[in-house]
Formats: sequence, structure tokens, C-alpha cells
Amino acid sequence: MSDTPANLRYAKSHEWVRTESDGTVTVGITDHAQELLGDLVFVETPEVGAGLEPGGACAVVESVKAASDVYAPVGGEVVAVNEQLADSPELVNSDPYGEGWLFRLKPAGDLGGLMDADAYQAMVDEES
Amino acid sequence: MSKQTPLYDKHVEAGARMVDFGGWSMPLHYGSQLEEHHAVRQDAGVFDVSHMTVVDVQGSGARDYLRRLLANDVAKLKVPGKALYSCMLNVDGGVVDDLITYYLSDDFYRVVVNAATRDKDLAWMREQATGFEVVLQERGDLAMLAVQGPNALEKALSVLEGEVAAAADALSPFVGAAAGDWFVGRTGYTGEDGFEIMVPAGEAPAFWDRLVGAGVRPAGLGARDTLRLEAGMNLYGQDMDEQVSPLESGLGWTVALEPAERDFIGRQALEKQKAAGNLRRFVGLLLEGRGVLRSHMRVLCGEAGEGETTSGGFSPTLGASIALARVPAGTGERVEVDVRGKPQPAKLVKPPFVRNGKACVEL
Repeated sequence: MSDTPANLRYAKSHEWVRTESDGTVTVGITDHAQELLGDLVFVETPEVGAGLEPGGACAVVESVKAASDVYAPVGGEVVAVNEQLADSPELVNSDPYGEGWLFRLKPAGDLGGLMDADAYQAMVDEES
Repeated sequence: MSKQTPLYDKHVEAGARMVDFGGWSMPLHYGSQLEEHHAVRQDAGVFDVSHMTVVDVQGSGARDYLRRLLANDVAKLKVPGKALYSCMLNVDGGVVDDLITYYLSDDFYRVVVNAATRDKDLAWMREQATGFEVVLQERGDLAMLAVQGPNALEKALSVLEGEVAAAADALSPFVGAAAGDWFVGRTGYTGEDGFEIMVPAGEAPAFWDRLVGAGVRPAGLGARDTLRLEAGMNLYGQDMDEQVSPLESGLGWTVALEPAERDFIGRQALEKQKAAGNLRRFVGLLLEGRGVLRSHMRVLCGEAGEGETTSGGFSPTLGASIALARVPAGTGERVEVDVRGKPQPAKLVKPPFVRNGKACVEL
């Protein structure tokens, strides 16, 4: 059973978003997504300073099985990326909402288009 | 609806993620493909390979039939139980399937073919049997388990009993032996030592439990694929198929052109290809750039032209990405691979990448 924390917002394409106290947002992929992908072996994060369009492909997570695009859940400027993933992509598997975060954005819009935990969990349940 | 092997309930019990493979519901992994891979390289793992098709070839014409059917020559098999890897070709020299043949006696051979190609293989084998004194019998009553890894022999022997244990203990590499209704071969598809064990379907679940109880870790198709790729072993349908020659699939060593009078199916086509020359090379690639190599990526070989990866992935043992690829004759030692739209440097290496737990290529 996958974990879906209540304090996060979620995109249909299985990214999670957390609003930080400084107004930036942290983005990762959900527990459900990492479970579907299997063991991750390579993560390509966007560059710091890059401007992301909402819904645009901005990162790649590759598992033993396949490569998968990560889409920007909101638009904005990348202010930090998780450098640890270059050597330890498995952090996305072991701690998808913590050490396995992907990048941080200064958001250009609000998070209104995203789902809350209940809506995301309902979507996942329906898919499986 | 996918078919289930006799071990289906065991997989579900062990928490496997089940997927369809060649019409069979099979375990992809039991939680972590990487851990299963490492278990086989460092200790022992067990794979359910009951989806593979066992065909007994019996009769006074069995030997002559197989010498016609297969590109490798079963006449090389002199010691009972000895196994031979071979391609089965069509008249154009394309690969219908690759298979293992165990020699039991001059009128009894046991052949193991792939699951995904079962129907066409059996149809082809029956069609070619015309005119030979031979009976083909599919052994759907047998389950098959592959126990692989440096500790596989010891752990498997600790749970085998009586005459099966005695037969297994006496096996040299690439030899098999029947013991009652069981059959044990010292063969595999991982680059590690181990056994492939055929067992009456009804006895398979209890045997599985005994292996797991002895510390053998269940491993799924995912690990099986990364292990065979590291071992430089071809996968039918990916690295070769009916459209390509074994001579361009790294399988020239399995084609027995001597003795010259043996007229196997596909021989004339292969002789023409050889005479024409300029055959594409089948090579290993080690990625030096970023990303992960996958099958069907373009390989940019400079002036020699372009090739294609046939299998690719991440090698857990090497911690790097590797691939098998078909490239033009005259390709140099360095190439670029189009990885998701970006050319990434890679170097040619000679498979296997890993054998018996050790890296065979320089990173």
C-alpha cells in the first residue's frame, strides 16, 4: 500500500508538491510512482536557474525497467536541485517525500490546479 | 487470461509483482530487482522458468532430425547428459528460436525452447519432422526452476534428496542427468554456476519452499534480464529474430559449418552471407556518458554508419549502463549512442560484461 501524505499537493502525472516557509515549492515523485517504476538507477534533474512551464517535461527518472519523464506540476524558476541523486538515485525509492526530493521552484502561479491527498489517492485506487 | 505456472501461488505469497510474459503470468520482481540481482551474483537465487517449453525428441531418427533442424551439430554430443546451445534457423538463415538440447541417448534428446515462441517453434519442429523416424512430445507436466549463484550448488544440494541429489552432485558444467521423474542440468542464463531443475509440476511448490528455506532468494524476470545482459547472453526477439542471421548476432560460434556435408536448414543462406562478407558486428557497449542505454537506440559509428542497440540497461554489478548492439563492419572502438535525443559517448567492449561475480570489462 503506497503512502500519500496529507500535507502535500499532487499532480495527475504523479508528482508531489510541498510549499516551504519561504514560499518556494519542493517537487518529487510519489510513493506510488516509485513503486511502479521499480529500483531507480538514474535521475536527471533540471538546471538551477531554468524556467519551467507548467506541465512541461523537466526531469527524467530511470529505473531498472524504463525511463520516465517528470512534469513540472507548476511553472517557475528552479532554485535548487537534489545533487545527492546523481550518486544515490535509490533515495527516490527509499524516501520519496524526504531525501528523494527532485528540485525546488520559485513558483510563478498558485497550486490551485493540483489535487489534495484524498483526490490523488482516489485516482490511484481507480487506476489499479 | 495469462497461463499460470505450478508456482503461481508461491509468487503471490512472496509478494511478487506479476506481469504477462509470453502469455504467462510471471513474477517481475519480489520487491527489489536490484537486490535479487545481487543475491544471484553473491549468493543464490531461484527463478521459476516453468513457462519455458520442454520437448522430448525420441526415435531412431532423432539424431539425424536434429542435425538437420539445428545450426549447431548434436553429433558433438558424446557424453550422455551433455548440453548444446543452438539456433534453429529458417531457410533464409534467420533465427526461428535459440534453444538448449540435452543428449540423453542416440534416440532421445530433450530440447528446451522459449516460452514466447512456443507455438511457432512446435509448428516448425513438427513440419521439419516429416520423413524422420521421430516423435516430438511436449512435457507440459514438468515445472522448471533455475537455481543460480556462487552458493547455488551447495544450497540446492542441501535440499535435494536420494538419487536426484546424487545425480546433481556428479554433474560437470553444461551437463544434465535424469533421476526418476526429475531432471537436473548444470546450466543457466545468468553467468553464474547453478542448476536448472525440471520437476513434476505437483512437486514444484514443495521444492520451491525447501529452496527458500535453505536461503535461496526468489528472483524475478527483471533480475533474470539484467543478469543475462551482464553475462552477454542473447535474448530471443530482442538480440536476434527471424530477420537476422546468427552471424550478425554474436552467435557464429554456435553455427557448425563442419562437417561440410551436414545439410542443416539455413546453411546455404549462411554460406552466402559469409562469402559476401561485410557482416555487421555484434558488440557490447559500455556507456561513458549520461543516462541509461535501452534497446533500439541509434548507435552513431562515424564514417562506418549507424547501428542499433538490441538490449540495454543498467548493470547493477558494474554500476554502469551497458548494451548489446549491432553495428556496421568497420566500426571503431568509440561510438556515440542517441540517448533520448542526446548523443552520449560509449566504448565497444567484448561481452561478457560480468562472469562468475566478477567484472570482465574495464570501466
